[in-house]
Amino acid sequence: MNVEEIISNAIGGNRRSLSKLLTIIESGKSIPTNNLGAWTLGVTGPPGVGKSTLIGKMIVEWISRGEKVAVLAVDPSSPKSGGALLGDRMRMAISDANDLVFVRSLATRNHPGGLTSFLAPMISLLSQCGWTRIIIETVGSGQSEIRIVAFADRVLLVEGPGRGDIIQAEKAGIIELADIIAINKSDLPSAQLAADLLRNSLSLATETAIEVFLVSAHLGDGVTELVESIEQIETDSNRDAIRFRERLLSAWDSRLISHPQFNEVILALSAGTITLDEALEQISQPTNKDGL
Amino acid sequence: MGMRIVIAKPGLDGHDRGAKVIARALRDAGHEVIYTGLRRNPAEIVRTVLDEDATGLGLSTLSGAHDVLIPKICKLLRSEGMNDVIVFAGGIIPDYDRDELFSQGLRAIFGPGTQTKEIINFLQDVSSRKENGEPVGVGEKLGWHWQ
Repeated sequence: MNVEEIISNAIGGNRRSLSKLLTIIESGKSIPTNNLGAWTLGVTGPPGVGKSTLIGKMIVEWISRGEKVAVLAVDPSSPKSGGALLGDRMRMAISDANDLVFVRSLATRNHPGGLTSFLAPMISLLSQCGWTRIIIETVGSGQSEIRIVAFADRVLLVEGPGRGDIIQAEKAGIIELADIIAINKSDLPSAQLAADLLRNSLSLATETAIEVFLVSAHLGDGVTELVESIEQIETDSNRDAIRFRERLLSAWDSRLISHPQFNEVILALSAGTITLDEALEQISQPTNKDGL
Repeated sequence: MGMRIVIAKPGLDGHDRGAKVIARALRDAGHEVIYTGLRRNPAEIVRTVLDEDATGLGLSTLSGAHDVLIPKICKLLRSEGMNDVIVFAGGIIPDYDRDELFSQGLRAIFGPGTQTKEIINFLQDVSSRKENGEPVGVGEKLGWHWQ
């Protein structure tokens, strides 16, 4: 079966074909997709705050609103073995028992330029196959994760109680990217305090206020309101600019890293035969290779 | 490169220390492991393998229901057209039940005391067999299984 046939089967609703196509994209091959203006949400936050469990509850809400929800759950690959343990799916029990949900776990692998060069075609494909709500989940702990969520048009930051000064903890810049913040585990006593502190800190900023929601993924409290609010997001040009900045940077990175002379230039640099500026000059020349 | 492997806990069995040890060992051997969590039914497990486009499926069962659940999962994989998925199992599976499970397309059974290294060796072996076009999938020609 050729790729065109697999694509037309996937668009016709065949899950196996869709699943195979995602593998093909992940292996670095490009497939023809049309960007139809997919609806995307990036969900990020520190490990253990309940992102996957919350997404599981949000999926139920979206389904009741007649949406079809696809989740790309990103977890890091071990830099040592290259393997990965992908456990997000187990927190979204609904994902295995409902035709209106599609969950795919992705390892960051040690792709040149990270996962980001594959996200755009994956999102387009999912949208083409009729998935109306596309969620990208990632642990928000560094620059590469910020770049991953920057591929979504709206960003939800999930936090939990007992994490101290959240603004202080999130220096990586994820707060600037977030459209909405949810404090999960509202069933725990210190959640209200965390929300108050965060609202207080955010109110010091002059730009538009970010809404802070208290939710309990465990009990389901506040999930309907959160989804409703996400549906209403009108992102401002400020955040849009930050997102496009990150997307541009990651596209640039992957072009640089996949340049045929990349390793050569590194060797020349370490041998001291060229300067950094000369190196940049050399690898910023366009190549014939379908680099991006 | 490693394989994509789903490690699943079918049925009403709440013991997953073994499954977690295996998941960890496979990760350290370079595989991408998707763990389903506890108490999944055959349809859910097959759905996970489908959506994740997994090459392998490892079933951990200690409840005694292996003779019902494992054949159900194998049949469902075949009926969904996933004949090439490599299925193996571990846990408490008595010798007298094993031939029947192999006849369902299972390619290995690992009992208590198995070294994780043996499971990694199995995966290596099975993936080179697959590359050579030998039948190793759940819906492919029977005959070979790991012993």
